[in-house]
Amino acid sequence: MTNGWIDIKNTDMMLIMGGNPAENHPCGFKWPIEAKRQRNAKMIVVDPRFTRTAATADMFVQIRAGSDIAFLGGMINYALANGRINKEYVANFTNAPFVVKDDFKLPEEDGVFSGFDAATQVYDKSTWNYQGSGGTGKGLPEKVTSDPSLENPRCVYQLLKKHYSRYTPEMVEKITGIPKEKFLAAADLFTSIRKDGDTKKVATVIYAVGWTQHTFGSQIIRTAAMLQLLMGNVGRAGGGVNALRGHSNIQGATDIAGIFDNLPGYLKVPTPADTDFKAWMTRITPTSSKPGDWESWNYWSNTPKFAVSLLKAMYGDAAKKENDWAFHYLPKVDRNYSWTYLWDGMYNGHVKGLLAFGMNGVMVGPNSGKNIDALKKADWLVVCDIYPDETSEFWKSPGIKPEEMKNIKTEVYRLPGAGFAEKDGTFVNSARWLQWKWVAVPPPGNAKLDHEILARIFLKVRELYQKEGGKFPDPIVNLSWGYTNPQSPSLAEVARELNGKALADIKDATGAELKSGQQLPGFAWLKDDGSTSCGIWIWCGSWTEAGALIQRRGTDDPSGLGAYPNWGWSWPMNRRVLYNRASCDVSGKPWDGSRKQVWWNEAQKKWVGVDVPDFKADSAPKDHMGPFIMNPEGVGRLFAPLAAMAEGPFPEHYEPFESPTVNLLHPKQQNNPVVKKFTSAADKWGTKESGFNVICTTYRLTEHYHYWTKNNPVNVQLVPEPFVELPVELASDLGIKGGDKVKVSSARGIYIAKAMVTHRIKPMQINGEKVYQIGMPIHFGYRGIQEDEGRTERMLVNELTPAVVDPNAYTPEFKGFLVKVEKA
Amino acid sequence: MSNGTLEIKAISGHTGTVPGRDTSRDYAVAKLIDVTTCIGCKACEVACLEWNGYPFRETTFDNTYQTMPDTAWNYYNLIRFDEHTAEDGTFSWLMRKDGCMHCADPGCLRACPSDGAIVQYANGIVDFQQENCIGCQYCVTGCPFNIPKFNAETKKVHKCTLCSDRVGVGLEPACIKACPTGCLHFGSKDDMKDLAEKRVAQLKEHTSHKNAGVYDPAGVGGTHVMYVLHDIEHPERYGGLPKDPQVPLLVRMWKGPVKWLGNLAMVAGIVGVAAHYVRFGPKEKHED
Repeated sequence: MTNGWIDIKNTDMMLIMGGNPAENHPCGFKWPIEAKRQRNAKMIVVDPRFTRTAATADMFVQIRAGSDIAFLGGMINYALANGRINKEYVANFTNAPFVVKDDFKLPEEDGVFSGFDAATQVYDKSTWNYQGSGGTGKGLPEKVTSDPSLENPRCVYQLLKKHYSRYTPEMVEKITGIPKEKFLAAADLFTSIRKDGDTKKVATVIYAVGWTQHTFGSQIIRTAAMLQLLMGNVGRAGGGVNALRGHSNIQGATDIAGIFDNLPGYLKVPTPADTDFKAWMTRITPTSSKPGDWESWNYWSNTPKFAVSLLKAMYGDAAKKENDWAFHYLPKVDRNYSWTYLWDGMYNGHVKGLLAFGMNGVMVGPNSGKNIDALKKADWLVVCDIYPDETSEFWKSPGIKPEEMKNIKTEVYRLPGAGFAEKDGTFVNSARWLQWKWVAVPPPGNAKLDHEILARIFLKVRELYQKEGGKFPDPIVNLSWGYTNPQSPSLAEVARELNGKALADIKDATGAELKSGQQLPGFAWLKDDGSTSCGIWIWCGSWTEAGALIQRRGTDDPSGLGAYPNWGWSWPMNRRVLYNRASCDVSGKPWDGSRKQVWWNEAQKKWVGVDVPDFKADSAPKDHMGPFIMNPEGVGRLFAPLAAMAEGPFPEHYEPFESPTVNLLHPKQQNNPVVKKFTSAADKWGTKESGFNVICTTYRLTEHYHYWTKNNPVNVQLVPEPFVELPVELASDLGIKGGDKVKVSSARGIYIAKAMVTHRIKPMQINGEKVYQIGMPIHFGYRGIQEDEGRTERMLVNELTPAVVDPNAYTPEFKGFLVKVEKA
Repeated sequence: MSNGTLEIKAISGHTGTVPGRDTSRDYAVAKLIDVTTCIGCKACEVACLEWNGYPFRETTFDNTYQTMPDTAWNYYNLIRFDEHTAEDGTFSWLMRKDGCMHCADPGCLRACPSDGAIVQYANGIVDFQQENCIGCQYCVTGCPFNIPKFNAETKKVHKCTLCSDRVGVGLEPACIKACPTGCLHFGSKDDMKDLAEKRVAQLKEHTSHKNAGVYDPAGVGGTHVMYVLHDIEHPERYGGLPKDPQVPLLVRMWKGPVKWLGNLAMVAGIVGVAAHYVRFGPKEKHED
């Protein structure tokens, strides 16, 4: 989230799309309700189904799954055509005035941007750049040509306008299935906050995995971010682009780099091309790129300080200037190690073993059948969980006959881990708050804390390396492991280590001093000379000499905006709303005096406010420093240059990989041109012609939590069985009544469950043809109370879903694939 | 809530004065359910189940998100889910937390013949005292909302207590505490009525729900559980909430004229017997 849960109460307008917060985030959903109750805020819900969220909305719009960019592109077109934007914001806080290279080409004719090689399906992105001078010639120009009037036909604003002028209400209707009048009503309502030049009101966009789980998911989110930039809603209380995280600590897992292409704090991992530390830093440290008379802080220019401090935290004294800060200890990522690639690797025999901690890999999918087959080929599998789950019992999955079972050679170890209430530590919520939690009960029986299990595995591995050497023991034997109890490090100790400390007596820019060994007060103290260590720079400031700020429970709210600055600690530096400099106009005065966050104090010559300014505190408005300090341009990117996005600088509508219709914008370019798909025997794709004519989407229920709660009687009582939701009209076509068993098949597998026949999903007209959508919750499998009693078909929804992924984030397309529906 | 709220106001099947009645000034409590902000999350169902210590019961899929078709003797709190399409095609998914309404004029209490099986506290809570229940189920007949449920094993009837055990020690009912969206409110009846009216005015002015209204039906003397509904003209759309609930005629008769007539008949019988005795004297014993 750019903002936070509580901040939603400050909004005037909500677009909830690609998410169903009433269902999946019922506690957080109190804040949208609060905005309605206290501010008469309006809520627009766009979803393939009439959801629990829609039940409280002011307007519900049913959309075809996977046509989100068409809808949002249509919104951008509407906002631009009707002057429903914040012109001052757009001209000063975004790259709208930047002039783009002459040979950059929009995809209006053939569906691809300039530089596409159809044979290799690879983009040469050199034309996706600004005009200007300076720089290396390969990267962004140092000095960017710009036109503050936004009239240059090659400026971002004009290109954007041209690009989205194709997204007419008529086109939106044909692609999304939303009748033109309905679309216009939604566009008018959402952009009404900028009616007649109003710059006071603010709108928020709220989404979740309904946007990410597409082959163009990252671009859907970008389209929404662009709409919010155009309307001047980013950086403001009650505004922003707000991702709702689906687990209590997904944000923390992302921050700490539970992803293969990041190191903690979103540092890009080294690749084999980075021959030494300097080469790595040169590649990943951006230089500023801006119009000559503007300023850009370009905060990522501090990357070497973050990287050296991280290496010091990882390897301690073994990381020295002389050995390039132990850069050569870091693995160099030579290929894609994301989720679907790992399973594909195992299916193809390259990946020999798997440690599965706190996740049920077989259930998570996609294409669970392939993943089960992959595990049969593995040498070993270690599962650490609190329940016996489908993954650890993959060899008992339905369809495996006893004789086949005997031939599965995979050695499976099951480790009893601890549940969330059985360990302390932090959760990082969607609002970026680090909140400490305390142990409620100890782990039962032989169960162990997860970090104890990991520590003991590590120590054993280190012992082996120490004894036997091996090809390259240094990274293992030199790993910093100075915990009081090495067998089970205390998480408080780990949290202090992540915050970081001074390794020598140091001074900051103001002359303030820190003694060696003291906890760092914030990341402004980080050095690239080895005198600081910090496990994750964005969390620096969370556990200082003042104590564990993450354990605070202060409920004072001087802002009146629900910022609660003394509750927990939010990264970065306890800022509650990111980019909050943009909550003020160019002169540094808040757009809305009744929702003041930060502002320029001319007398003190600095930025002050009720939130921590996300900005250079002493940069006067007249210097025109951009509010988006993490971009080298300093401004928000309506145009994402160079390698920022895989499929182009402006989001374009492509059809889901399995789609019942042709891409109306460019029939010859049906799908994302750089989509990633797999080619194993288990990766099969369905078409309408081969009988897969119904669009299917998957989701969670309030009553269950992923694959755990099917082991808990109360949750099972609330929703006892799996089901498939289908429209009354489709059910009547097929002669299916509520409670009848239906068989849903995709090119990859089948799923049988009872039918829930409903009016909440209606047939749609897509490009003149009737199309049905169905949906199903993902929770049930072959282990659980009901499953063990034989009351369900013991099938997995993710046997249906395709392993085809977004080329930016590698997220699979769980939403909007094709199936066939029959009476079972 | 103060401790004084469990002062008894009326007792089922009890003749004579109610002990302690009217001895202290107190206020009535109420639960307000704003169905326009209910998301059907069932937190109230779980909180109710757990507070009352009732175990897991088996349910089956029934083509709905609703947990079970009806409330049960050990499941007081049930959200009813209804799909509704208006004449103009506008679709709504209605979710209403169903449970005892705690009527000011409780049909169950009127119908109950057992001394002390049903009590109404001065704060408005209507509570079943199972130790005095004789299992006759007259209360089931007396309720216009189909709330009291019979446990065939123990032969006792149960229903929502409005957490009288919590309210009595100053806590809010468990469902209120669990509600994540603030759709459930609890306080004095006056405050809740005020809150409800304000919400209704807001809905009428700022949303498309021009028929919004407060459900506090006069036919049962008003209730200590009230609803804010999107459309007060059609309460039946919310899982069959009656439009104009009344204590059934038979129950009114049973405790009113019928009881009086019964008493009259009984008195007349005694009078007749006495008159007969006076007129004819004692029955003579005939010797064989």
